[in-house]
Amino acid sequence: MSLLKSREALLGGAILLLLALIASRFPGFVAPDNLARVFTDTSPLLILALGQTVVILTRCIDLSVAANLALTGMVCAMLNAALPGVPVVVILLLAVTLGAVMGMVNGLLVWKLSIPSIVVTLGTMTIYRGIIFLISDGAWVNAHEMSAAFTGFPRAQIAGLPVLAWFGILAAAAMVLMINRTPLGRAFYAVGGNPHAAVYTGISVGRTQFWAFTLSGALAGLCGYLWVARYAVAYVDIAGGFELEVVAACVIGGISIAGGAGTILGTILGALFLGIVKNALPVIDISPFWQMAISGTAIIVAVTLNSRNARAKGRIILRKAQEQTEGATA
Amino acid sequence: MSDTSVTPRSIPDRLQSPAARLLASWELLLLVVAVAIFIANSLASPYFLNAWNLSDATFNFTEKAMIAFAMALLIISGEIDLSVASIIALASTAMGAAASVGFGTPTLVLIGLATGLACGAFNGVLVTRMGLPSIVVTIGTMSLFRGISFIVLGDGAYRDYPSDFSYFGQGYVFWVISFEFVLFAALAVAYYVLLHRTNFGRTVYAIGNNVTAAQFSGIRVERVKFILFLLTGLMSGVAAICLTSRLGSTRPSIGTGWELEVVTMVVLGGVSILGGAGSIPGVVIAAFVMGLVTFGLGLLNVPGIVMSIFIGLMLIGVIALPRVWKAWRA
Repeated sequence: MSLLKSREALLGGAILLLLALIASRFPGFVAPDNLARVFTDTSPLLILALGQTVVILTRCIDLSVAANLALTGMVCAMLNAALPGVPVVVILLLAVTLGAVMGMVNGLLVWKLSIPSIVVTLGTMTIYRGIIFLISDGAWVNAHEMSAAFTGFPRAQIAGLPVLAWFGILAAAAMVLMINRTPLGRAFYAVGGNPHAAVYTGISVGRTQFWAFTLSGALAGLCGYLWVARYAVAYVDIAGGFELEVVAACVIGGISIAGGAGTILGTILGALFLGIVKNALPVIDISPFWQMAISGTAIIVAVTLNSRNARAKGRIILRKAQEQTEGATA
Repeated sequence: MSDTSVTPRSIPDRLQSPAARLLASWELLLLVVAVAIFIANSLASPYFLNAWNLSDATFNFTEKAMIAFAMALLIISGEIDLSVASIIALASTAMGAAASVGFGTPTLVLIGLATGLACGAFNGVLVTRMGLPSIVVTIGTMSLFRGISFIVLGDGAYRDYPSDFSYFGQGYVFWVISFEFVLFAALAVAYYVLLHRTNFGRTVYAIGNNVTAAQFSGIRVERVKFILFLLTGLMSGVAAICLTSRLGSTRPSIGTGWELEVVTMVVLGGVSILGGAGSIPGVVIAAFVMGLVTFGLGLLNVPGIVMSIFIGLMLIGVIALPRVWKAWRA
C-alpha cells in the first residue's frame, strides 16, 4: 500500500499513462527503438539531474551546471580542433576533471566562506559563460573541425544502444549504489535532513556539500564532452537555461528543495518524464512552443503533490514511550 | 533553501555610534565602489562624461531596478521570485495582443499592470495558501508564464504599438532626464518609505528574521508575503511597459535572464539572500554600480558577455571579501 502511495509510483504511473495516451494514437512512439532514441536524447538531462539531486539533498542548489557543461564542451572541442590526435579517453578524463574542478570552486566557496549556494552558483554561472567567450573569442567550433573519433564516440553502438545512453544508465546505476551503499551517500541525506544532528554524528556539513558540488561538476563536465560531440558544434550559448530544466527534473522527481528527501529513482523518473514530453510533442503534432508551459505546469503540479506527501516527518522510533506519555497526559 | 547553520544573533551591550555604523556600512562600501568605477570610466573613455551618454547609460538598469526594489522586500521577507522576467514576457505579450486589435495606450498600460498583478497573485497563492517553497514555485511559473508567451507568439512578434505608447521607454521629462529615470527615482523613494518608514516595512524585517516570532507577535505573515508577491508582479508589469515601449516590439524571449540580474542587483545591494537584512539605498547604489560597469566597459568595446564576468565576480567578491577579512582578522 505504501508502495502505491509513494511519489515514485505516482510518477511512474503518470509516465505510463502518458505513454499509453501517446501510443493510442501513435503506436510508433512506443516501439522499442524509438523509446531507446527518447532515452538517449534524455541522457544528458538525466546525468545532470543526478548530480543536481545530490546537491539539492544537501540543502544547496547548483545553477552553474549548464555553464559548466558549455565551458567544458568548448575546451574539449577546441582541444580536438587543435590536436585531432588526442584520444577520446584522454578528452573524456579531461572533461570530467575540468568539470569537477569547477564544481570544487562552487563547493569551496560554499564550504569555506559559507556563502549561500544560490549566490555562489549564480555568480559562477555567469563567470563560466564569460570564460567560454574569452577562450573562444565568440567563435564556433564546427563539425568539420572535429575529428571523426571525437564526434563518433557518443553515437557508437554497444549492444544496440549508443554510448551516450550507456553513460546515462551507468551514471544512474553508480549513483544508486553510491547513495544507498556508501557513507558519503548517507551523509548527503543526513546533512540535508538535519544539519545540526549531522554535525553531532561527526559529519562535516561543509565538506559533504563540497563533495556534492564536486560530483555535480564532474557529471556536468562529462555531459559537456558528450553534448558537444553529439551535436558536433560548440559555441558560447550551448545549453543556455538548461540548469532550470535540470532543477525541474529533480523537483518533478520528488527531490525536496528543503533538502534531505527524495530518491535517485525519483530523479530518473522526473528526467524521463520531461524527456518523453519533449520528444512526444512533435509526434502528436503540438507545436514545440508548448513544451515550456507544459514543463512549468508539471513542476507546479509535482511540488503541490509532493508537499501533501511530505507531511509525515521522520520516523517515530520510540512508539511505546510516546504512547505512554500520551496515555499519561490524557 | 541553503541555510546550513543558524548564526546566533548577538545583541550588543552598547549600540555603535551612528557615524561608526555608517562608516562600516555596506552602502558606504558600495558607494565607494560606484565612485571608483565612475572615475575609472571617465579616465578610460573620453565619451563617458557626456550628459546624453550618461542618460543613455541609465536605461541599462532602470527597468531591472524597478523590479529589484520589490524583489528586495520579498527577499528580506525570506522568499524569492524567479519568475519576474517571465512576467515581463507575459505582460508584454498581453499588451501586444491588445495593441494588435487596436486598443489605445491607457488600456495597454492597464493590461500590462493587471497581467503583472495576476501573475504575482498566482505566485502568492501557491506560496502562501498552499505553503510551497517559493524558489520551486517560481521556477515553475517562470517556465509557465514565458511558455504561454511562446504558445501565443511562437516565433512571431507584436510590433504595432500606438505611437504615443513609446513615451514610457523613449520619452524625456526634461533635457536628458528620461521618463524611465524619473519613474525609477520616484519608485526608489516610494520603496524607501515603505520599507524603512512604515509599519509594513518593519513587519517585512520581522518576518525575515524570525517567522515564528513574527507570527506570535500578531503579524499576519501570509498576508504580508502575499502582498509582497503582488508588488513584485506589479513591478514586473511596470518594467514590461517600459521595456516594451523602449523596444517597440514584443517577442517571447523578451527580457530573458533578467531574473538572475535582478537577484544579483538585490544581493549586491547588501540584501541577505537568507532574509532579514538589507536596505533600499543599497539596492539603488547597486543598480548604479551595475549600470556603470556595463556602460563603461561597453564604451571600451568590451563585449557584453565579458561584462557578465565582472558582474559575477562582483557578486561573489563583495560577499566573500568581508568574510575573508573577518576570518583573517580572527
